[in-house]
Amino acid sequence: MIEFVFLVVKAVLFLAVGVGMVPFLIYFERKFAGFFQTRVGPTYAGPGGVLQSFGDMAKLLSKEDLTPAWADGPIFRLAPYILFVPPFIAMTLIPFGPMGVDIFGYKVDMVIANFDAGLIMFLALSSIAVYGVVLGGWSSNNRWSLLGSLRSGAQMISYEIAMGLSLVGMIIMAGSLSLVDIVNQQAGNFWDWFWLPQLVGFTIFFVSAIAELNRGPFDLPEAEQELVAGYMTEYTGMRWGMYMMGEYVSMVVVSAIIATLYLGGWRAPLEVLGFIPGFIWLIGKVLAIIFLLMWIRWTVPRYRYNQLMDIGWKVFLPLALVNLVATAVIVSVI
Amino acid sequence: MAASTHDNPDVSIEKPRPTLEELKERKRKSRQPVGGCRETITVSMGPQHPSTHGVFRAELDLDGEIIVNARPEIGNLHRGVEKLAEYRTYHQFIPVTDRLDYISSFAMNHAYCEAVEKLMGVEVPPRARYIRTLAHELTRIANHLLWLGVHVMDLGAQTFFLITFRDREYILDLFEMLCGARLTHSYARIGGVSKDLPEDFDRRCREVVDFMPKRLVEYENLIKSNRIFLKRTVGVGIFTSEDCATWRITGPSLRAAGVERDLRKDEPYAAYDEVDFEVAVEYNADVYDRFLVRMKEVRESCSIVRQCLDKMPEGEYLARDAAHVLPLKKNVMSDAASMVQDFVHVFHGPRIPEGEVYRAVEVPKGEMGVYISSDGGPKPQRLHLATPTFYHCQAVPPLFEGETLADSVGIFGSVDVVLGDSDR
Repeated sequence: MIEFVFLVVKAVLFLAVGVGMVPFLIYFERKFAGFFQTRVGPTYAGPGGVLQSFGDMAKLLSKEDLTPAWADGPIFRLAPYILFVPPFIAMTLIPFGPMGVDIFGYKVDMVIANFDAGLIMFLALSSIAVYGVVLGGWSSNNRWSLLGSLRSGAQMISYEIAMGLSLVGMIIMAGSLSLVDIVNQQAGNFWDWFWLPQLVGFTIFFVSAIAELNRGPFDLPEAEQELVAGYMTEYTGMRWGMYMMGEYVSMVVVSAIIATLYLGGWRAPLEVLGFIPGFIWLIGKVLAIIFLLMWIRWTVPRYRYNQLMDIGWKVFLPLALVNLVATAVIVSVI
Repeated sequence: MAASTHDNPDVSIEKPRPTLEELKERKRKSRQPVGGCRETITVSMGPQHPSTHGVFRAELDLDGEIIVNARPEIGNLHRGVEKLAEYRTYHQFIPVTDRLDYISSFAMNHAYCEAVEKLMGVEVPPRARYIRTLAHELTRIANHLLWLGVHVMDLGAQTFFLITFRDREYILDLFEMLCGARLTHSYARIGGVSKDLPEDFDRRCREVVDFMPKRLVEYENLIKSNRIFLKRTVGVGIFTSEDCATWRITGPSLRAAGVERDLRKDEPYAAYDEVDFEVAVEYNADVYDRFLVRMKEVRESCSIVRQCLDKMPEGEYLARDAAHVLPLKKNVMSDAASMVQDFVHVFHGPRIPEGEVYRAVEVPKGEMGVYISSDGGPKPQRLHLATPTFYHCQAVPPLFEGETLADSVGIFGSVDVVLGDSDR
């Protein structure tokens, strides 16, 4: 019984953190964008503009919920949820502290779902999210949306493979698909984490993750200058808001996965700093990665569609294979 | 490729100068073949599309991402400017010209005034000619800065726009000093300019033109060291000198195709024959070279502004020609002759000989031609403006065919369009 209570508490906390982070991430994104663009960003709503996102959300909620007459209604209404929900499920996989922590005399695992195949679960969930984009674009019955969703589908296929293969090297080193085990394998200081031996895999995974998140320079499905708003063109009000929020939740999840797989998860960068609780380190790492993602987005131009395909198929796929073979050979020799 | 230019951005990436045949071959290779029977979808790009620079609309037939056919639609911003001219005296039309190319409105004033002066035979005093040259070049700098920001934004980088926009503000501040307006200047008058250079203008202007080349180095470092930008621009959207001649593409896009054509040199007006400058030319005719040409032009413009300030002659800034030119505003209330002159010009209009005139000047976007036919009255019988953007828009089908949708945006931006200029 008490285990169930802890599980519920953890789940509620995680959901609260996940949803609660979104408005602040949007706020940070706008502030950082302002910083990069030599302007100030939002300032009026609340101290330093922190309430701006809440104001935006209130506005979105009060807007009319439009479904175009020519759209495929049920799918059109369902699509945002398909994008919005999977990141929350994926969030349960992320360990945020050691196993069996003593809380009020009870042993509590600092993870919600300790799957043996957690990594596969994450990949599956991130693949489902693309249906939200493809179906949303398709059911809008708008040609710009259709182009956006087509781009998204093609981008997804070309990056998912390289992304999956880049992970295999890391899996060989960890010897497990469980995220908890992977973090445990990275015990030690920051040079013991997997980013160093798996530098190639880490780089490929990071770049593929940006493509997976539809963020610049790979934001082709919603390329504003080319496709108006891509797959989101016909969405209004909170349905559009759900796409936006889903994007930011995915950003949190993907950053947490990058941190877990390659940057030691909840572990402190130096063992002497281990007295600081694990979830603080995890949140710090996630924020650092998100900052990097924002930095990239606001700095570089967008790739062209065929150039993106070229990178996915002609550069990342062979590189990931070479990395996989090299890792396998080295691990079996040592 | 990019690293070598990092220290010295003045040196462009060294490429052998291609012949016309080579360029044609490159153009053929860089585009997808569009012949044959395929299934296409038609999308309407514009008039509310984010990157059509206003209200341009093109119907695109797409085969996947490849544009098979493009049909431009010009005229969504039509305001009947040429007809308006027939109901206004020659003086009253100047503020309307501001609304043509509102990014470089002084250039529009200037082009119109040059044509009217040629028709009337007004001699512009030297100081006014220098002020016009100076203001025209400042306009060119502002236009190219805005172009650069918007162009890079078309390619997907959001931040760059704000950086160039901020630097454009310095130019707008100078214009505010000159004439009080930041966007629609109406600074030129028939026979000169409306106001003399204000106090302290010399120092402020020198500061800006000294500071601008340093900023250019920064821009170029940002762009030339960015692989994505190079990938999106080098060898993309090739439009040879032959194509430019066929579709009357002028200005920086023509010079990027290796044609040394610049009306400031070829048919000098204002004080351009008295200042020393080079015509910026590049030879690869692609989007990247159009960027290089504009960067060179901004440098040349800074140098021209500096020369104008150095050589600025003393004297009148508005011609003393009672039949054709407005009186000095400060004299209207104190001098009887000026007052009469003011009345005549405001209520009746200038006295014009019968005849017709065509005058073309090099505005930032290309060659701007003004044709005026006069029946001797105070208003033009017919006025026609051959604005560069109109021709740039009509060249959309050959520019777009075989390119991808993503590149079409960059290519359309790279020839520099502003729709107020196209739809008169």
